[in-house]
Amino acid sequence: MSEKANKTKKYDTVGYYPGCALEGSGNGYDVSTRAVAKELGLRLKDVQNWNCCGAMEVKNVDPKLQTYLSARVLSNAVHLDRMNVVMAPCNGCYHNLKKAEYDLKHDAQSREVVGELSRKAGHKAYEAGQAETIHALDWIKEAIGEEGLRERTKGKLAGLKVANYYGCMYVRPRHIFPEKDQGPGSESTSKPHFMDDLLAAAGAENVEFPLKTACCGGAHTLSDSDTSTRLVLNILQAAEAAGADVIATECPTCHTGLEMHQVRAEKRFGKKTSVKIMYFTQLLGLALGIGPRRLGIHTNISESMDLVIDKCLT
Amino acid sequence: MPIHEKSLIRPENLRTHEKLTIDGVDVSGHWSTFIESRVITDYNEALEAEIAALPGGENIHRCWQCGSCTNSCTVNAIEPRFNPRYWIYLIRMGLESELLRDKDIIWQCVSCHKCTYACPRDVVPEGVMKATAHWLEMKGHTATSPSMHFDREFTEQVVARGRIEDVEVLRGFFKRTRQPLMQDWLVEIAWRIAKRLPVKWGLKSAFSLLRKPRTRGWAKARRAIEDYIHAQEEEHEKALHIGKPQSRPRAANENAPVSRPSAAE
Repeated sequence: MSEKANKTKKYDTVGYYPGCALEGSGNGYDVSTRAVAKELGLRLKDVQNWNCCGAMEVKNVDPKLQTYLSARVLSNAVHLDRMNVVMAPCNGCYHNLKKAEYDLKHDAQSREVVGELSRKAGHKAYEAGQAETIHALDWIKEAIGEEGLRERTKGKLAGLKVANYYGCMYVRPRHIFPEKDQGPGSESTSKPHFMDDLLAAAGAENVEFPLKTACCGGAHTLSDSDTSTRLVLNILQAAEAAGADVIATECPTCHTGLEMHQVRAEKRFGKKTSVKIMYFTQLLGLALGIGPRRLGIHTNISESMDLVIDKCLT
Repeated sequence: MPIHEKSLIRPENLRTHEKLTIDGVDVSGHWSTFIESRVITDYNEALEAEIAALPGGENIHRCWQCGSCTNSCTVNAIEPRFNPRYWIYLIRMGLESELLRDKDIIWQCVSCHKCTYACPRDVVPEGVMKATAHWLEMKGHTATSPSMHFDREFTEQVVARGRIEDVEVLRGFFKRTRQPLMQDWLVEIAWRIAKRLPVKWGLKSAFSLLRKPRTRGWAKARRAIEDYIHAQEEEHEKALHIGKPQSRPRAANENAPVSRPSAAE
Protein backbone atom coordinates (compact mmCIF):
# COMPACT_ATOMS: atom_id res chain seq x y z
CA MET A 1 0.00 0.00 0.00
CA SER A 2 2.78 2.43 0.90
CA GLU A 3 4.58 1.58 -2.31
CA LYS A 4 1.39 2.27 -4.21
CA ALA A 5 1.03 5.63 -2.47
CA ASN A 6 4.60 6.58 -3.39
CA LYS A 7 4.11 5.63 -6.99
CA THR A 8 0.93 7.67 -7.16
CA LYS A 9 2.66 10.75 -5.80
CA LYS A 10 5.51 10.34 -8.26
CA TYR A 11 3.21 11.14 -11.17
CA ASP A 12 1.55 14.21 -9.64
CA THR A 13 4.00 16.43 -11.50
CA VAL A 14 5.43 15.06 -14.72
CA GLY A 15 7.50 16.42 -17.58
CA TYR A 16 5.13 16.85 -20.52
CA TYR A 17 6.31 16.17 -24.06
CA PRO A 18 3.45 17.01 -26.45
CA GLY A 19 5.46 16.53 -29.66
CA CYS A 20 4.79 17.99 -33.11
CA ALA A 21 1.47 16.25 -33.81
CA LEU A 22 -0.19 17.59 -30.67
CA GLU A 23 0.86 21.09 -31.66
CA GLY A 24 -0.79 20.61 -35.07
CA SER A 25 -3.36 18.10 -36.26
CA GLY A 26 -3.61 16.43 -32.85
CA ASN A 27 -4.56 19.67 -31.10
CA GLY A 28 -7.69 18.10 -29.60
CA TYR A 29 -5.52 15.57 -27.75
CA ASP A 30 -3.30 18.32 -26.35
CA VAL A 31 -6.09 20.57 -25.09
CA SER A 32 -8.04 17.67 -23.61
CA THR A 33 -4.95 16.27 -21.87
CA ARG A 34 -4.20 19.66 -20.32
CA ALA A 35 -7.84 20.19 -19.33
CA VAL A 36 -8.04 16.76 -17.69
CA ALA A 37 -4.75 17.36 -15.84
CA LYS A 38 -6.07 20.65 -14.48
CA GLU A 39 -9.35 19.10 -13.40
CA LEU A 40 -7.57 16.22 -11.66
CA GLY A 41 -5.05 18.49 -9.95
CA LEU A 42 -2.07 16.99 -11.79
CA ARG A 43 0.74 19.23 -12.94
CA LEU A 44 2.21 19.09 -16.44
CA LYS A 45 5.58 20.74 -16.83
CA ASP A 46 6.33 21.20 -20.55
CA VAL A 47 9.76 19.95 -21.56
CA GLN A 48 11.75 23.04 -22.47
CA ASN A 49 12.73 23.74 -26.06
CA TRP A 50 11.94 20.23 -27.23
CA ASN A 51 12.50 18.85 -30.72
CA CYS A 52 10.79 16.22 -32.86
CA CYS A 53 11.40 12.65 -31.63
CA GLY A 54 11.85 11.42 -35.19
CA ALA A 55 8.31 10.03 -35.49
CA MET A 56 8.00 7.08 -37.89
CA GLU A 57 10.00 8.74 -40.64
CA VAL A 58 13.51 9.62 -39.44
CA LYS A 59 14.34 6.00 -38.59
CA ASN A 60 13.87 5.10 -42.25
CA VAL A 61 16.58 7.60 -43.12
CA ASP A 62 18.76 6.59 -40.16
CA PRO A 63 17.64 4.74 -37.00
CA LYS A 64 20.43 6.10 -34.80
CA LEU A 65 19.61 9.65 -35.77
CA GLN A 66 16.14 8.95 -34.42
CA THR A 67 17.70 7.66 -31.20
CA TYR A 68 19.64 10.92 -30.89
CA LEU A 69 16.55 13.09 -31.48
CA SER A 70 14.61 11.21 -28.79
CA ALA A 71 17.58 11.26 -26.43
CA ARG A 72 17.84 15.04 -26.78
CA VAL A 73 14.25 15.40 -25.58
CA LEU A 74 15.02 13.24 -22.55
CA SER A 75 18.24 15.18 -21.95
CA ASN A 76 16.30 18.46 -21.85
CA ALA A 77 13.76 16.98 -19.44
CA VAL A 78 16.50 15.75 -17.11
CA HIS A 79 19.02 18.59 -17.32
CA LEU A 80 16.89 21.67 -18.03
CA ASP A 81 13.67 20.76 -16.22
CA ARG A 82 15.08 18.45 -13.52
CA MET A 83 12.29 15.97 -14.21
CA ASN A 84 12.71 12.23 -13.85
CA VAL A 85 9.36 11.32 -15.40
CA VAL A 86 8.43 12.28 -18.96
CA MET A 87 4.84 11.79 -20.07
CA ALA A 88 4.23 11.56 -23.82
CA PRO A 89 0.57 11.20 -24.90
CA CYS A 90 1.50 10.50 -28.54
CA ASN A 91 2.18 6.83 -29.25
CA GLY A 92 4.92 7.71 -31.71
CA CYS A 93 6.76 9.93 -29.22
CA TYR A 94 6.21 7.45 -26.39
CA HIS A 95 7.49 4.57 -28.53
CA ASN A 96 10.58 6.49 -29.66
CA LEU A 97 11.57 7.66 -26.18
CA LYS A 98 11.16 4.08 -24.95
CA LYS A 99 13.20 2.76 -27.86
CA ALA A 100 15.95 5.32 -27.20
CA GLU A 101 15.99 4.23 -23.56
CA TYR A 102 16.33 0.58 -24.60
CA ASP A 103 19.00 1.20 -27.22
CA LEU A 104 21.07 3.42 -24.94
CA LYS A 105 20.96 0.73 -22.29
CA HIS A 106 21.82 -2.19 -24.55
CA ASP A 107 23.70 -0.94 -27.59
CA ALA A 108 27.19 0.59 -27.38
CA GLN A 109 27.00 1.99 -30.92
CA SER A 110 23.84 3.93 -30.08
CA ARG A 111 25.54 5.36 -26.99
CA GLU A 112 28.48 6.39 -29.12
CA VAL A 113 26.36 8.16 -31.77
CA VAL A 114 24.19 9.91 -29.17
CA GLY A 115 27.27 10.95 -27.16
CA GLU A 116 29.01 12.34 -30.22
CA LEU A 117 26.00 14.23 -31.60
CA SER A 118 25.11 15.61 -28.15
CA ARG A 119 28.66 16.87 -27.66
CA LYS A 120 28.71 18.57 -31.07
CA ALA A 121 25.25 20.05 -30.48
CA GLY A 122 26.45 21.41 -27.15
CA HIS A 123 24.26 19.67 -24.59
CA LYS A 124 24.64 16.90 -22.06
CA ALA A 125 24.04 13.41 -23.46
CA TYR A 126 21.10 11.56 -21.98
CA GLU A 127 22.08 8.35 -20.24
CA ALA A 128 19.80 5.35 -19.82
CA GLY A 129 18.02 5.29 -16.47
CA GLN A 130 17.99 9.05 -15.86
CA ALA A 131 14.29 9.39 -16.63
CA GLU A 132 11.21 7.22 -16.90
CA THR A 133 9.03 7.58 -19.98
CA ILE A 134 5.31 6.99 -19.51
CA HIS A 135 2.21 7.23 -21.68
CA ALA A 136 -0.83 9.37 -20.81
CA LEU A 137 -2.60 6.10 -19.96
CA ASP A 138 0.07 5.09 -17.40
CA TRP A 139 -0.05 8.61 -15.99
CA ILE A 140 -3.79 8.72 -15.22
CA LYS A 141 -3.92 5.05 -14.26
CA GLU A 142 -1.13 5.49 -11.70
CA ALA A 143 -1.75 9.05 -10.48
CA ILE A 144 -5.55 8.82 -10.13
CA GLY A 145 -6.43 5.18 -10.66
CA GLU A 146 -9.77 3.58 -11.38
CA GLU A 147 -11.08 4.10 -7.87
CA GLY A 148 -10.25 7.80 -8.01
CA LEU A 149 -11.96 8.16 -11.37
CA ARG A 150 -15.02 6.26 -10.19
CA GLU A 151 -15.43 8.72 -7.32
CA ARG A 152 -14.92 11.82 -9.46
CA THR A 153 -16.98 10.83 -12.52
CA LYS A 154 -19.91 9.07 -10.83
CA GLY A 155 -20.43 6.87 -13.87
CA LYS A 156 -21.11 9.80 -16.18
CA LEU A 157 -20.35 7.82 -19.34
CA ALA A 158 -23.06 5.23 -18.60
CA GLY A 159 -24.78 4.06 -21.77
CA LEU A 160 -21.85 4.92 -24.02
CA LYS A 161 -20.45 1.98 -25.97
CA VAL A 162 -16.74 2.31 -26.60
CA ALA A 163 -14.27 0.36 -28.74
CA ASN A 164 -10.79 0.97 -27.36
CA TYR A 165 -8.16 1.26 -30.07
CA TYR A 166 -4.49 1.25 -28.99
CA GLY A 167 -2.66 0.81 -32.30
CA CYS A 168 0.87 -0.49 -32.83
CA MET A 169 3.36 1.81 -31.15
CA TYR A 170 1.94 1.48 -27.63
CA VAL A 171 2.65 -2.26 -27.44
CA ARG A 172 5.15 -3.32 -30.10
CA PRO A 173 7.82 -4.52 -30.14
CA ARG A 174 7.57 -5.99 -26.66
CA HIS A 175 11.24 -5.67 -25.67
CA ILE A 176 11.24 -1.87 -25.46
CA PHE A 177 8.49 -1.97 -22.81
CA PRO A 178 10.10 -3.94 -19.95
CA GLU A 179 7.36 -2.91 -17.49
CA LYS A 180 4.60 -4.45 -19.59
CA ASP A 181 3.49 -8.10 -19.39
CA GLN A 182 4.55 -8.29 -15.73
CA GLY A 183 1.44 -10.01 -14.43
CA PRO A 184 -1.62 -8.59 -12.65
CA GLY A 185 -1.79 -4.80 -12.61
CA SER A 186 0.67 -4.34 -15.45
CA GLU A 187 -0.23 -3.52 -19.04
CA SER A 188 -0.49 -6.34 -21.56
CA THR A 189 1.15 -6.08 -24.96
CA SER A 190 -1.19 -8.60 -26.58
CA LYS A 191 -4.45 -7.48 -24.96
CA PRO A 192 -3.86 -3.96 -23.62
CA HIS A 193 -6.49 -2.83 -21.12
CA PHE A 194 -5.46 0.44 -19.43
CA MET A 195 -7.80 2.54 -21.60
CA ASP A 196 -10.60 0.00 -21.11
CA ASP A 197 -10.05 0.19 -17.33
CA LEU A 198 -10.11 3.99 -17.18
CA LEU A 199 -13.19 4.40 -19.37
CA ALA A 200 -15.02 1.60 -17.56
CA ALA A 201 -14.29 3.41 -14.29
CA ALA A 202 -15.96 6.47 -15.82
CA GLY A 203 -19.05 4.37 -16.55
CA ALA A 204 -18.58 3.51 -20.22
CA GLU A 205 -19.38 0.09 -21.61
CA ASN A 206 -16.39 -1.40 -23.43
CA VAL A 207 -17.47 -3.53 -26.35
CA GLU A 208 -15.64 -6.71 -27.31
CA PHE A 209 -13.25 -5.30 -29.91
CA PRO A 210 -10.76 -7.69 -31.48
CA LEU A 211 -8.73 -5.07 -33.41
CA LYS A 212 -7.32 -3.16 -30.41
CA THR A 213 -3.76 -3.43 -31.65
CA ALA A 214 -4.40 -3.75 -35.39
CA CYS A 215 -2.50 -1.37 -37.64
CA CYS A 216 -4.21 1.69 -39.19
CA GLY A 217 -1.47 2.10 -41.80
CA GLY A 218 -0.51 5.42 -40.21
CA ALA A 219 3.05 5.26 -41.52
CA HIS A 220 1.75 5.37 -45.09
CA THR A 221 -1.37 7.42 -44.56
CA LEU A 222 -0.46 9.63 -47.53
CA SER A 223 2.22 7.63 -49.34
CA ASP A 224 0.12 4.46 -49.75
CA SER A 225 -3.38 5.77 -49.14
CA ASP A 226 -5.27 2.81 -50.59
CA THR A 227 -3.60 0.41 -48.15
CA SER A 228 -4.30 2.77 -45.26
CA THR A 229 -7.93 3.17 -46.26
CA ARG A 230 -8.42 -0.60 -46.38
CA LEU A 231 -6.78 -1.08 -42.98
CA VAL A 232 -8.78 1.75 -41.40
CA LEU A 233 -12.05 0.60 -42.94
CA ASN A 234 -11.46 -2.82 -41.41
CA ILE A 235 -11.08 -1.21 -37.96
CA LEU A 236 -14.13 1.04 -38.38
CA GLN A 237 -16.35 -1.79 -39.60
CA ALA A 238 -15.19 -4.10 -36.80
CA ALA A 239 -16.02 -1.41 -34.24
CA GLU A 240 -19.47 -0.90 -35.75
CA ALA A 241 -20.08 -4.65 -35.85
CA ALA A 242 -19.16 -4.79 -32.16
CA GLY A 243 -21.85 -2.17 -31.52
CA ALA A 244 -19.58 0.74 -30.60
CA ASP A 245 -20.82 4.37 -30.66
CA VAL A 246 -17.29 5.67 -30.54
CA ILE A 247 -13.72 4.50 -30.99
CA ALA A 248 -11.49 5.79 -28.19
CA THR A 249 -7.96 6.62 -29.32
CA GLU A 250 -4.72 7.41 -27.54
CA CYS A 251 -2.49 8.35 -30.47
CA PRO A 252 -2.75 11.40 -32.76
CA THR A 253 -1.57 9.47 -35.82
CA CYS A 254 -4.15 6.72 -35.33
CA HIS A 255 -6.84 9.26 -34.52
CA THR A 256 -6.17 11.41 -37.58
CA GLY A 257 -5.72 8.30 -39.72
CA LEU A 258 -9.07 6.86 -38.68
CA GLU A 259 -10.80 10.18 -39.27
CA MET A 260 -9.17 10.95 -42.61
CA HIS A 261 -9.62 7.48 -44.05
CA GLN A 262 -13.20 7.30 -42.83
CA VAL A 263 -13.84 10.20 -45.20
CA ARG A 264 -11.63 8.66 -47.90
CA ALA A 265 -13.34 5.25 -47.66
CA GLU A 266 -16.65 6.95 -48.34
CA LYS A 267 -15.36 9.15 -51.15
CA ARG A 268 -13.22 6.59 -52.95
CA PHE A 269 -14.64 3.17 -52.06
CA GLY A 270 -18.24 4.18 -51.40
CA LYS A 271 -18.10 2.60 -47.92
CA LYS A 272 -19.77 4.76 -45.33
CA THR A 273 -19.22 4.23 -41.61
CA SER A 274 -20.69 6.46 -38.96
CA VAL A 275 -18.84 5.41 -35.79
CA LYS A 276 -17.31 8.47 -34.06
CA ILE A 277 -13.67 8.80 -33.11
CA MET A 278 -12.57 10.56 -29.92
CA TYR A 279 -9.41 10.77 -27.83
CA PHE A 280 -9.75 8.93 -24.54
CA THR A 281 -8.84 12.19 -22.78
CA GLN A 282 -11.85 13.84 -24.45
CA LEU A 283 -14.09 11.08 -23.10
CA LEU A 284 -12.55 11.29 -19.63
CA GLY A 285 -12.92 15.09 -19.74
CA LEU A 286 -16.63 14.77 -20.50
CA ALA A 287 -16.94 12.29 -17.63
CA LEU A 288 -15.28 14.84 -15.34
CA GLY A 289 -17.81 17.47 -16.39
CA ILE A 290 -15.52 19.55 -18.60
CA GLY A 291 -17.29 21.30 -21.49
CA PRO A 292 -16.84 19.66 -24.94
CA ARG A 293 -15.41 22.79 -26.55
CA ARG A 294 -12.71 23.01 -23.90
CA LEU A 295 -11.80 19.44 -24.85
CA GLY A 296 -11.56 20.28 -28.54
CA ILE A 297 -14.32 17.81 -29.42
CA HIS A 298 -15.80 20.22 -31.97
CA THR A 299 -12.53 20.03 -33.94
CA ASN A 300 -12.79 16.26 -34.53
CA ILE A 301 -13.28 15.51 -38.21
CA SER A 302 -15.63 12.63 -37.41
CA GLU A 303 -18.13 15.22 -36.10
CA SER A 304 -18.24 13.59 -32.70
CA MET A 305 -20.05 16.61 -31.26
CA ASP A 306 -23.29 15.02 -32.54
CA LEU A 307 -22.69 12.02 -30.31
CA VAL A 308 -22.01 14.20 -27.27
CA ILE A 309 -25.36 15.93 -27.78
CA ASP A 310 -27.17 12.66 -28.58
CA LYS A 311 -25.95 10.98 -25.44
CA CYS A 312 -26.37 14.09 -23.28
CA LEU A 313 -22.72 13.97 -22.23
CA THR A 314 -22.39 17.70 -21.66
CA MET B 1 5.38 -27.34 -52.38
CA PRO B 2 7.96 -25.17 -50.62
CA ILE B 3 7.45 -21.53 -51.45
CA HIS B 4 10.88 -21.13 -53.04
CA GLU B 5 10.02 -23.81 -55.59
CA LYS B 6 6.79 -22.15 -56.64
CA SER B 7 8.73 -20.13 -59.20
CA LEU B 8 9.17 -23.38 -61.15
CA ILE B 9 5.45 -23.59 -61.92
CA ARG B 10 5.00 -20.07 -63.17
CA PRO B 11 3.30 -20.10 -66.61
CA GLU B 12 6.51 -19.16 -68.41
CA ASN B 13 8.25 -22.24 -67.01
CA LEU B 14 5.53 -24.67 -68.07
CA ARG B 15 5.39 -26.48 -71.42
CA THR B 16 2.24 -28.11 -72.71
CA HIS B 17 2.15 -29.61 -76.21
CA GLU B 18 -0.93 -30.04 -78.37
CA LYS B 19 0.52 -33.07 -80.11
CA LEU B 20 3.74 -34.68 -79.05
CA THR B 21 4.94 -38.26 -79.03
CA ILE B 22 8.27 -39.22 -77.49
CA ASP B 23 9.61 -42.75 -78.00
CA GLY B 24 6.16 -43.88 -78.97
CA VAL B 25 4.50 -42.44 -75.86
CA ASP B 26 1.86 -39.78 -76.41
CA VAL B 27 2.59 -36.85 -74.08
CA SER B 28 0.13 -34.37 -75.59
CA GLY B 29 -2.23 -32.11 -73.66
CA HIS B 30 -2.60 -30.81 -70.15
CA TRP B 31 -1.97 -34.16 -68.44
CA SER B 32 1.58 -34.12 -69.66
CA THR B 33 2.69 -30.64 -68.68
CA PHE B 34 6.46 -30.31 -68.51
CA ILE B 35 8.41 -28.05 -66.21
CA GLU B 36 11.23 -26.32 -68.01
CA SER B 37 14.49 -27.41 -66.47
CA ARG B 38 16.39 -24.56 -64.94
CA VAL B 39 19.90 -24.07 -63.67
CA ILE B 40 20.52 -21.00 -61.60
CA THR B 41 23.76 -19.31 -62.50
CA ASP B 42 23.06 -15.72 -61.54
CA TYR B 43 23.50 -15.91 -57.78
CA ASN B 44 24.46 -12.61 -56.20
CA GLU B 45 26.67 -13.88 -53.43
CA ALA B 46 27.10 -10.37 -51.99
CA LEU B 47 23.39 -9.73 -51.57
CA GLU B 48 23.00 -10.75 -47.92
CA ALA B 49 26.10 -8.88 -46.81
CA GLU B 50 24.96 -5.75 -48.63
CA ILE B 51 21.50 -5.77 -47.07
CA ALA B 52 23.09 -6.48 -43.68
CA ALA B 53 25.31 -3.41 -44.11
CA LEU B 54 22.28 -1.11 -44.30
CA PRO B 55 20.42 0.06 -41.16
CA GLY B 56 17.77 -2.47 -40.16
CA GLY B 57 19.28 -5.38 -42.07
CA GLU B 58 21.92 -6.30 -39.48
CA ASN B 59 20.21 -9.42 -38.11
CA ILE B 60 19.09 -11.05 -41.36
CA HIS B 61 21.55 -13.95 -40.91
CA ARG B 62 19.61 -15.16 -37.86
CA CYS B 63 16.48 -16.14 -39.81
CA TRP B 64 15.54 -19.79 -39.70
CA GLN B 65 12.52 -19.45 -42.00
CA CYS B 66 9.75 -20.19 -39.50
CA GLY B 67 7.39 -17.76 -41.25
CA SER B 68 6.13 -15.99 -38.13
CA CYS B 69 6.78 -12.64 -39.83
CA THR B 70 4.64 -13.38 -42.88
CA ASN B 71 2.02 -15.04 -40.72
CA SER B 72 1.62 -11.92 -38.58
CA CYS B 73 2.10 -9.38 -41.38
CA THR B 74 -0.46 -6.58 -41.77
CA VAL B 75 0.30 -5.99 -45.44
CA ASN B 76 0.38 -9.71 -46.32
CA ALA B 77 -3.23 -9.95 -45.20
CA ILE B 78 -4.31 -7.60 -47.98
CA GLU B 79 -1.54 -8.29 -50.51
CA PRO B 80 -0.49 -11.97 -50.52
CA ARG B 81 2.59 -11.20 -52.62
CA PHE B 82 4.00 -9.23 -49.68
CA ASN B 83 6.01 -12.02 -48.09
CA PRO B 84 8.89 -11.07 -45.74
CA ARG B 85 9.96 -14.66 -45.08
CA TYR B 86 10.27 -15.40 -48.78
CA TRP B 87 12.28 -12.23 -49.44
CA ILE B 88 14.62 -12.98 -46.55
CA TYR B 89 15.13 -16.45 -48.04
CA LEU B 90 15.89 -15.03 -51.48
CA ILE B 91 18.33 -12.49 -50.06
CA ARG B 92 20.17 -15.10 -48.05
CA MET B 93 20.35 -17.40 -51.08
CA GLY B 94 21.52 -14.56 -53.32
CA LEU B 95 18.55 -15.00 -55.66
CA GLU B 96 18.50 -11.40 -56.79
CA SER B 97 16.49 -11.88 -59.98
CA GLU B 98 13.67 -13.53 -58.02
CA LEU B 99 13.72 -10.72 -55.44
CA LEU B 100 13.48 -8.12 -58.21
CA ARG B 101 10.15 -9.54 -59.33
CA ASP B 102 8.66 -8.02 -56.18
CA LYS B 103 10.76 -4.87 -56.09
CA ASP B 104 7.82 -2.50 -56.45
CA ILE B 105 5.94 -3.61 -53.34
CA ILE B 106 8.70 -4.12 -50.75
CA TRP B 107 8.51 -0.45 -49.66
CA GLN B 108 4.88 -0.97 -48.62
CA CYS B 109 5.79 -2.30 -45.14
CA VAL B 110 3.73 -0.19 -42.70
CA SER B 111 6.11 -0.66 -39.72
CA CYS B 112 3.42 -2.08 -37.43
CA HIS B 113 6.14 -4.21 -35.76
CA LYS B 114 3.97 -7.33 -35.64
CA CYS B 115 6.78 -9.30 -37.31
CA THR B 116 9.39 -8.07 -34.86
CA TYR B 117 7.00 -8.94 -32.04
CA ALA B 118 6.49 -12.46 -33.40
CA CYS B 119 10.02 -13.27 -34.53
CA PRO B 120 11.68 -15.87 -32.29
CA ARG B 121 15.15 -15.05 -33.60
CA ASP B 122 15.24 -11.25 -33.28
CA VAL B 123 15.71 -10.81 -37.02
CA VAL B 124 13.73 -7.53 -36.95
CA PRO B 125 12.04 -8.27 -40.29
CA GLU B 126 10.61 -4.75 -40.38
CA GLY B 127 14.18 -3.42 -40.43
CA VAL B 128 15.10 -5.89 -43.18
CA MET B 129 12.19 -4.60 -45.29
CA LYS B 130 13.44 -1.02 -44.92
CA ALA B 131 17.04 -2.05 -45.65
CA THR B 132 15.88 -3.95 -48.74
CA ALA B 133 13.84 -1.00 -49.98
CA HIS B 134 16.93 1.21 -49.52
CA TRP B 135 19.10 -1.31 -51.33
CA LEU B 136 16.69 -1.42 -54.29
CA GLU B 137 16.73 2.36 -54.57
CA MET B 138 20.48 2.75 -54.09
CA LYS B 139 21.19 0.12 -56.76
CA GLY B 140 18.85 1.87 -59.17
CA HIS B 141 16.32 -0.98 -59.35
CA THR B 142 13.46 1.24 -58.21
CA ALA B 143 12.65 4.90 -58.27
CA THR B 144 12.31 6.66 -54.92
CA SER B 145 9.17 5.20 -53.35
CA PRO B 146 6.35 7.46 -52.16
CA SER B 147 7.17 6.36 -48.62
CA MET B 148 10.82 7.39 -48.98
CA HIS B 149 9.74 10.74 -50.44
CA PHE B 150 7.67 11.26 -47.33
CA ASP B 151 10.43 10.14 -44.96
CA ARG B 152 12.93 12.51 -46.60
CA GLU B 153 10.57 15.47 -46.64
CA PHE B 154 9.89 14.90 -42.96
CA THR B 155 13.52 14.30 -41.98
CA GLU B 156 14.76 17.35 -43.85
CA GLN B 157 12.33 19.55 -41.94
CA VAL B 158 13.43 18.03 -38.63
CA VAL B 159 17.11 18.48 -39.49
CA ALA B 160 16.52 22.06 -40.62
CA ARG B 161 14.46 23.31 -37.70
CA GLY B 162 14.20 20.61 -35.04
CA ARG B 163 10.44 20.33 -35.49
CA ILE B 164 7.94 19.71 -38.23
CA GLU B 165 4.69 21.38 -39.14
CA ASP B 166 1.90 19.06 -40.37
CA VAL B 167 0.62 21.13 -43.27
CA GLU B 168 4.14 21.91 -44.43
CA VAL B 169 5.00 18.18 -44.57
CA LEU B 170 1.78 17.48 -46.45
CA ARG B 171 2.48 20.19 -49.00
CA GLY B 172 6.12 19.18 -49.40
CA PHE B 173 5.17 15.54 -49.94
CA PHE B 174 2.53 16.29 -52.57
CA LYS B 175 4.97 18.56 -54.36
CA ARG B 176 7.70 15.88 -54.39
CA THR B 177 5.36 13.21 -55.68
CA ARG B 178 3.69 15.62 -58.11
CA GLN B 179 0.20 14.98 -56.83
CA PRO B 180 -2.52 17.59 -56.74
CA LEU B 181 -3.41 18.87 -53.28
CA MET B 182 -7.04 19.30 -54.30
CA GLN B 183 -8.15 15.68 -53.91
CA ASP B 184 -11.82 15.12 -53.18
CA TRP B 185 -11.26 13.53 -49.78
CA LEU B 186 -8.71 16.10 -48.63
CA VAL B 187 -11.05 18.89 -49.69
CA GLU B 188 -13.86 17.27 -47.70
CA ILE B 189 -11.60 17.05 -44.62
CA ALA B 190 -10.42 20.64 -44.99
CA TRP B 191 -14.06 21.71 -45.31
CA ARG B 192 -15.07 19.82 -42.18
CA ILE B 193 -12.24 21.42 -40.23
CA ALA B 194 -12.91 24.88 -41.58
CA LYS B 195 -16.64 24.66 -40.75
CA ARG B 196 -16.07 24.76 -37.02
CA LEU B 197 -12.49 25.88 -36.81
CA PRO B 198 -11.91 27.43 -33.43
CA VAL B 199 -10.48 30.91 -33.89
CA LYS B 200 -7.60 30.22 -31.53
CA TRP B 201 -6.50 27.06 -33.33
CA GLY B 202 -6.98 28.71 -36.72
CA LEU B 203 -4.78 31.61 -35.78
CA LYS B 204 -2.20 29.28 -34.29
CA SER B 205 -2.11 27.15 -37.45
CA ALA B 206 -1.86 30.18 -39.73
CA PHE B 207 0.91 31.55 -37.54
CA SER B 208 2.86 28.31 -37.54
CA LEU B 209 2.72 28.21 -41.35
CA LEU B 210 4.14 31.71 -41.52
CA ARG B 211 6.71 31.21 -38.82
CA LYS B 212 7.36 27.52 -38.80
CA PRO B 213 7.80 25.89 -35.40
CA ARG B 214 11.45 25.51 -34.52
CA THR B 215 13.74 24.46 -31.71
CA ARG B 216 15.85 27.31 -30.35
CA GLY B 217 19.61 27.12 -30.74
CA TRP B 218 19.30 24.27 -33.24
CA ALA B 219 22.11 25.34 -35.61
CA LYS B 220 24.83 23.29 -33.92
CA ALA B 221 22.67 20.18 -33.74
CA ARG B 222 21.77 20.66 -37.38
CA ARG B 223 25.39 20.80 -38.49
CA ALA B 224 26.29 17.75 -36.41
CA ILE B 225 23.36 15.79 -37.87
CA GLU B 226 24.18 16.77 -41.45
CA ASP B 227 27.78 15.64 -41.01
CA TYR B 228 26.59 12.40 -39.49
CA ILE B 229 24.10 11.66 -42.29
CA HIS B 230 26.75 12.46 -44.88
CA ALA B 231 29.26 10.08 -43.27
CA GLN B 232 26.63 7.33 -43.03
CA GLU B 233 25.71 7.70 -46.69
CA GLU B 234 29.33 7.37 -47.74
CA GLU B 235 29.69 4.26 -45.65
CA HIS B 236 26.57 2.69 -47.16
CA GLU B 237 27.68 3.47 -50.69
CA LYS B 238 31.03 1.88 -49.98
CA ALA B 239 29.35 -1.24 -48.57
CA LEU B 240 27.20 -1.52 -51.69
CA HIS B 241 30.18 -0.91 -53.99
CA ILE B 242 28.53 2.12 -55.53
CA GLY B 243 30.94 4.49 -57.20
CA LYS B 244 31.19 7.98 -55.80
CA PRO B 245 28.28 10.01 -57.12
CA GLN B 246 28.61 13.65 -58.04
CA SER B 247 29.63 15.70 -55.02
CA ARG B 248 26.69 16.78 -52.96
CA PRO B 249 26.66 20.32 -51.73
CA ARG B 250 25.86 20.71 -48.08
CA ALA B 251 22.39 22.11 -47.42
CA ALA B 252 22.87 25.84 -47.75
CA ASN B 253 19.39 26.78 -46.70
CA GLU B 254 16.44 25.24 -44.91
CA ASN B 255 14.89 23.82 -48.04
CA ALA B 256 17.93 22.21 -49.58
CA PRO B 257 17.86 18.41 -49.35
CA VAL B 258 20.13 16.73 -46.85
CA SER B 259 19.82 13.25 -48.26
CA ARG B 260 21.06 11.77 -51.47
CA PRO B 261 18.87 12.76 -54.41
CA SER B 262 17.91 9.69 -56.39
CA ALA B 263 17.77 9.21 -60.11
CA ALA B 264 14.01 9.68 -60.09
CA GLU B 265 14.01 13.04 -58.40
